[in-house]
Amino acid sequence: MRAAVIGAGVVGTLIARELCRYPCDVLLLDRAPDVGWGITKANSAIVHAGFHDAPGTTRARFCVPGNALFDEVCGELDVPLVRVGAWVLALDESELEVLEELLARGRANGVPGLALCSPREVLADEPAVNPAVAGGLWAPSAGITEPWALALAAAENAIANGADLRLGHAVTHVRVRNGRVYAVQAADRSWEADLVINAAGLWSDRVAAMAGLEPPPLTPRRGQYVLLDKAARGLARAILFPAPNPLSKGILVLPTVDGGILLGPTAEDLAPDAREDTDTTAEGLQAVVQGAQRMVPGLDVSLSVKVFAGLRPESPSEDFEVGATEVEGFYQAAAMRSPGLTAAPALARWLVREQIAPTYALRPRPEFRAARPAIPHPGILDDQAWNAWIERDPPFGKVICHCNQITEGEVVEAIRRGARTLDGVKFRTRAGFGRCQGGSCTDEILLILARELGIEPSAVDLGLPGSTIVRGEVRP
Amino acid sequence: MTRRRIVCVSCPVGCEINVDIDQGSIVHLEGNRCPRGEDYARQEAVEPKRVLATSVHVAGGTYPLVSVRTSTPVPLERIPDMMEHIKRLTVSAPVRLGQVLDRELLGTQADLVATRDVPQGSPHPACTPPAPAGSRPHVAAD
Amino acid sequence: MNVDVLVIGGGAAGMAAATAAAQAGARTQLLERSLRLGGVLDQCIHPGFGLHRYNAELTGPEFAHRQREELYASGAQVCLGTEVIGVDARARQVRSVSPQGVHTIAPKALVWAAGARERPLGALQVPGSRPSGVYVAGLAQRMVNIHGLLPGRRAVVLGSGDIGLIMARRLHLEGTEVAAVLELKPFAGGLLRNVVQCLDDFGIPLLLEHTVIALHGRRRLEGVTVAAVDGSGRPRPETQAFIEADTLILSVGLIPETELVPFVERDPGNRGPAVNARMQTDCPWVFAAGNCTVIYDLVDTVAASGAVAGEQAAHFALGRMQGLGPDIRLSRGENVAHMVPTSLSPGVPTRLSLRVPQPLGRARVLLAGREIARRPGLRPSEMLEITISHELIAQLDSCPEAKLEVIPL
Repeated sequence: MRAAVIGAGVVGTLIARELCRYPCDVLLLDRAPDVGWGITKANSAIVHAGFHDAPGTTRARFCVPGNALFDEVCGELDVPLVRVGAWVLALDESELEVLEELLARGRANGVPGLALCSPREVLADEPAVNPAVAGGLWAPSAGITEPWALALAAAENAIANGADLRLGHAVTHVRVRNGRVYAVQAADRSWEADLVINAAGLWSDRVAAMAGLEPPPLTPRRGQYVLLDKAARGLARAILFPAPNPLSKGILVLPTVDGGILLGPTAEDLAPDAREDTDTTAEGLQAVVQGAQRMVPGLDVSLSVKVFAGLRPESPSEDFEVGATEVEGFYQAAAMRSPGLTAAPALARWLVREQIAPTYALRPRPEFRAARPAIPHPGILDDQAWNAWIERDPPFGKVICHCNQITEGEVVEAIRRGARTLDGVKFRTRAGFGRCQGGSCTDEILLILARELGIEPSAVDLGLPGSTIVRGEVRP
Repeated sequence: MTRRRIVCVSCPVGCEINVDIDQGSIVHLEGNRCPRGEDYARQEAVEPKRVLATSVHVAGGTYPLVSVRTSTPVPLERIPDMMEHIKRLTVSAPVRLGQVLDRELLGTQADLVATRDVPQGSPHPACTPPAPAGSRPHVAAD
Repeated sequence: MNVDVLVIGGGAAGMAAATAAAQAGARTQLLERSLRLGGVLDQCIHPGFGLHRYNAELTGPEFAHRQREELYASGAQVCLGTEVIGVDARARQVRSVSPQGVHTIAPKALVWAAGARERPLGALQVPGSRPSGVYVAGLAQRMVNIHGLLPGRRAVVLGSGDIGLIMARRLHLEGTEVAAVLELKPFAGGLLRNVVQCLDDFGIPLLLEHTVIALHGRRRLEGVTVAAVDGSGRPRPETQAFIEADTLILSVGLIPETELVPFVERDPGNRGPAVNARMQTDCPWVFAAGNCTVIYDLVDTVAASGAVAGEQAAHFALGRMQGLGPDIRLSRGENVAHMVPTSLSPGVPTRLSLRVPQPLGRARVLLAGREIARRPGLRPSEMLEITISHELIAQLDSCPEAKLEVIPL
């Protein structure tokens, strides 16, 4: 039995890992040079509580159980998860009605611990919030994570359990005969496959069309973000949502796992073919800042260290497309818009355990190992534990990224686990993620990559192929 | 008579010196705050000169390059030729600070002098030795 | 080893501080995170350093070499490849790590001389794509001068700070075409001499009141959109133009590095610790020197601040510090952007460094209403150095605060 999972984002990697629990050859394909470089790389990184989604939608169905699974999944995969909770803020009396509505939705969806709170209670917890706040809906189960870390961890764990990861492999054909899939083709190579799972994110409508389905076309919806320095810590202890509008959940202010503050996103519908347009715009960034300042007026934009944008897929139904299809063996995990990250663990489990395994009479393999250790980060350890790492491997005592105190040992370990680019190192270790944004460590990491991979520095990319850092030598 | 405004580059103060030139000779000069400024302006009005600082390729050193400077200012207009010449030079480690790497650069009075020590060794000194063989990355490659 | 004075940072300030502390009789240790002493001097291979300290025009590596010789002769102990990872203000302990392990030192006095970091692109919120080929100037300088790696073929430099100007020339000499240097303000950020010898000498255009409003290229940088700005720094879209470039060099400011000493009072104007004439912070055992206190214009002044901090830290550590009274806090009057120190100490003659926020013509400097200096022309790129005698400070003795102001004539 072979399963091909198309898309190595957080959805595809978690499905691949879930499939590895069964006797099944798992092939994981992605067009990008690294894991999680689509929607997974640039979103709000929120584990939603589940009060935004209308009861009865597929989103609502998977969001709350997905949220509940995060402790287990992040625990097994050694990925950061902080349940900071979320506030939805009513900034005037008229918005209080919206909070009531969200409370009702949340209760219908089974969201635990929801509470409507007075302005005083809001301000006691979040002193930087606009003092004109009229009230807040508190959701203690909401949290923050690092979606790319989750995808990388799930991919590593799947590989450790036998999966075959092929990066830089954009699927061009899904072969179907007599109403069932039998192969996929990517990068001029064909693999036989009994199962194909479409987790292709922004491209999932195209992949579905390759299988002969007629999915509604996806619209890329762009979200722009501004990341603030750690010095802004304290502006938001929990995730701060405004009262939502019909298009989106609005511009948020939230803490990041490593202590910064993230503002955004915008919600801009792009042309259907603009699936790589992750440009930021002056108007978009301005909207982010203005939106954030509505909730947190004292916010100092001069603390900005990075602006970026990500795309999320929007289908006409505004809902996920999941499960079996009319093509036998072809399964959808498609159109994963928000709350796709939160839903992903529950969706992966349902798809594999409740859909695929019974259909194909698959029994769990006892040799599956669920645990994956993270790249060690001795900077958070005590002297004795850090010294033990250094004794084993002295580069764990050489700090390369000074902002986040990331050592050479961690950078080398990231490369051993698959990093091939500067971004590959950054998203695995947080080296270069800090306030100087790589100004002091880019050269060192570049040289370590060149040395470990046995290539010239001029062959090292920032991210996509061709995104070289240096053009050559001063004295060739 | 023509008046030229010259910014002295002898030191960071950057005095703005006015030089009046009549039939090729300097008749008046003002604005300098020290005698070096006067010397500089007189030279600058006739033939601008600069100290050239760049790098020379080093074989077998802890740096791939050794930083160098000219021992005296050289004519500004010769700098492009000098750079072409310097780009072709190679020296072997060790190199000592003050060591003359090339004499009378392109026929000028200036020598090319190393401005740092480069001991023997391998470059990119910030890095520790490569990983042992056998520790393969997880990602499959064709 | 028992340490009297621990110096953090092996650049110009740290080396001078450790040398002075050891010369003053303190058992001194210096921690430097890289494997070389010299800090940024090592990558600044151009001349222009040392006129004050050594009475000679030196390149960065030559200046660093002289300081290194002085440091080793002083008997101070140097630990390279050693990163400070935490400073415990209450316990007066400093935790550091190196490939030899994690160590905690409890010095009697600390000199923080960690230098500055460069403002990244993200601080400017430039819209567009996020391709490779965008460097802060110091990183590009390290690439070219230390690692021998060439960033690109055609560059635009954003910001006319000194490193930006120096890098424009450096790249030009190495065969990278420099299309332009852009400056948001109506005047150059760096020294006038650098505008002349880095740009004018090689015909590199300086576009004042211009900025980058968009980046292009999904992989490597392909170009930038530039535009003129109005009086308040806002881009004027009708002036926008595309410049093809595979490299963007940013020289848009330095920020004093104080992340690990958040407990000391910071001067909001300087963005570094507030210090008295002894370069002592409000946390009495912690001294600060060099670009982590304020962004200086000259390395000579950086080294001088380090020497003061090191000597005074030694006095503090050895119980020899004698005060003649409480510090007199300086307050900012007109036309004072940066000033170090931020307070005067009775009995301590002081060299005050002051930076004006915009170019001024002839001006006089007043301290508590008394004229202390008069200068023919002042520019933000060049700091004003004023010696304040111990007698003058004695005259101010009764007031807790003294206003410093620069009045154009």
